[in-house]
Amino acid sequence: MQEWLDERLPVSALTEMARKKEVPVHRYSIWYYFGGMTLFLFVVQVVTGILLLLYYRPSAENAFESVQFIITEVKFGWLIRSIHSWSANLMIATLFIHLFSVFFLRAYRRPREMTWVSGVVLLFIAICFGFSGYLLPWNKLAYFATKVGTEIAGVVPIVGHTMLRFLRGGDDVTGATLTRFFGFHVAVLPATATVFIALHVLLVQLHGMSVPPSLKDQNVSKMKFIPNFLLRDLIGWILAIGVLAALAALFPWELGEKADPFAPAPAGIKPEWYFLFMFQTLKYLPAKILGMDGEVLGIMTFNIVALLLFIVPFVDSGPENRKRTLIFNIIGVLVLLYILVMTIIGYVT
Amino acid sequence: MKNTLPDSTGRTIEPPAVESRRRFLDYLLGTSAVATLGAIVYPIIRFMSPPKIIESTESSVMAAKLNEIPVNSGKIFKFGSKPGILVRTDSGELKAFSAVCTHLECIVQYQPETKQIWCACHNGHYNLNGKNVAGPPPRPLEEFKVNTRGDEIVVSKA
Repeated sequence: MQEWLDERLPVSALTEMARKKEVPVHRYSIWYYFGGMTLFLFVVQVVTGILLLLYYRPSAENAFESVQFIITEVKFGWLIRSIHSWSANLMIATLFIHLFSVFFLRAYRRPREMTWVSGVVLLFIAICFGFSGYLLPWNKLAYFATKVGTEIAGVVPIVGHTMLRFLRGGDDVTGATLTRFFGFHVAVLPATATVFIALHVLLVQLHGMSVPPSLKDQNVSKMKFIPNFLLRDLIGWILAIGVLAALAALFPWELGEKADPFAPAPAGIKPEWYFLFMFQTLKYLPAKILGMDGEVLGIMTFNIVALLLFIVPFVDSGPENRKRTLIFNIIGVLVLLYILVMTIIGYVT
Repeated sequence: MKNTLPDSTGRTIEPPAVESRRRFLDYLLGTSAVATLGAIVYPIIRFMSPPKIIESTESSVMAAKLNEIPVNSGKIFKFGSKPGILVRTDSGELKAFSAVCTHLECIVQYQPETKQIWCACHNGHYNLNGKNVAGPPPRPLEEFKVNTRGDEIVVSKA
């Protein structure tokens, strides 16, 4: 049996590789778990997403009612839908933790530049997932979030207007926008995400786990991936299922009111927490800065910072350099603080 | 390889005829590849950009009945496919504006307490002349003309 299979598919080579895989053990080892956790939550998204597809109907007339039907009539519908929403949020959270831990531990350094770049691509895919999925219940909050979000895309010079029309499927947010976002959310993004996840995970296998440069001189011991690390991963995933179930049961995700293109934006309207820091910034920016519309300047700044993420490993290359490491740490801490402070302000005001 | 000859220095080169024929074929192959790709990509791109829908040319609309809008209140009405806001000020004066915030296109509302038009999305304020007075909006709201016909309030583009 084994021989028959081996002749057609090199299974034993793969199992051999898996058996040889090791994970370094040191005081920062805890951060190795967040990539796997993000992947696990993505799998939860795929499973619950497919389940929701059994009942969801993507049109302005039916979307809200079909979600209402899912959470009120379908057995465990409330659970599946709540887990999908909560898991999406936790996934973004673990993704951010993963990103910042890789950043501060300098795990993106040569030869892992492409691992970092594919990870940044996955971050943007995840944000697109969140943004497109948010509209699908077709409620008031989602309607205005999408209006503002696509308008932000429209603010970008030169390509903005074309992008806005492409995203909205017209000049306004309508049923056409919903249909498009549905297509992105269930076809385009999953396909792209699968390719990049495969690449990202493959690269991690090729290069092995990175040991932080600060520990390079020390004798770092290792543990076997199978079974030692995998079992620890598993405990994390089981905990995650528990947390998801608890959140879904105690704080079921609200549906709100159906979207109405002729109703004012409700007071206290806010985007998802991972957009809050940008939202809060937009609130503070004055109408005009140096003759430019304030929001244009703010949005362009966020775009540029996002693009800078891609080049991090190429700027921080070459031999270890204390000064550069310090600068990178300071920038990282400042960005993290900015995000945290603005998010908290956005949350409490 | 059959068509290659040794040159004076002993290296093998292609005779000019073969070389130019190859270049010509490469050129044909390249241009047809580009043309084929273009013929595939162009319709896809055009398909993705949504067709323009002719905007309603309505220049005036019956926004509300007089008794529907008490003093110091506001009401959203449909002006074609866009929302407009009708405000009745403290003094009973009627005003109408586009209800689309000039910042990021949220729909504004009338705030009786501050007697201002307010956008909840990013906390933008406009006064009752539609002028942006606080928060991020960069431009005033577009103002419409208001007329009353019996008890009907008619709003028209200025």
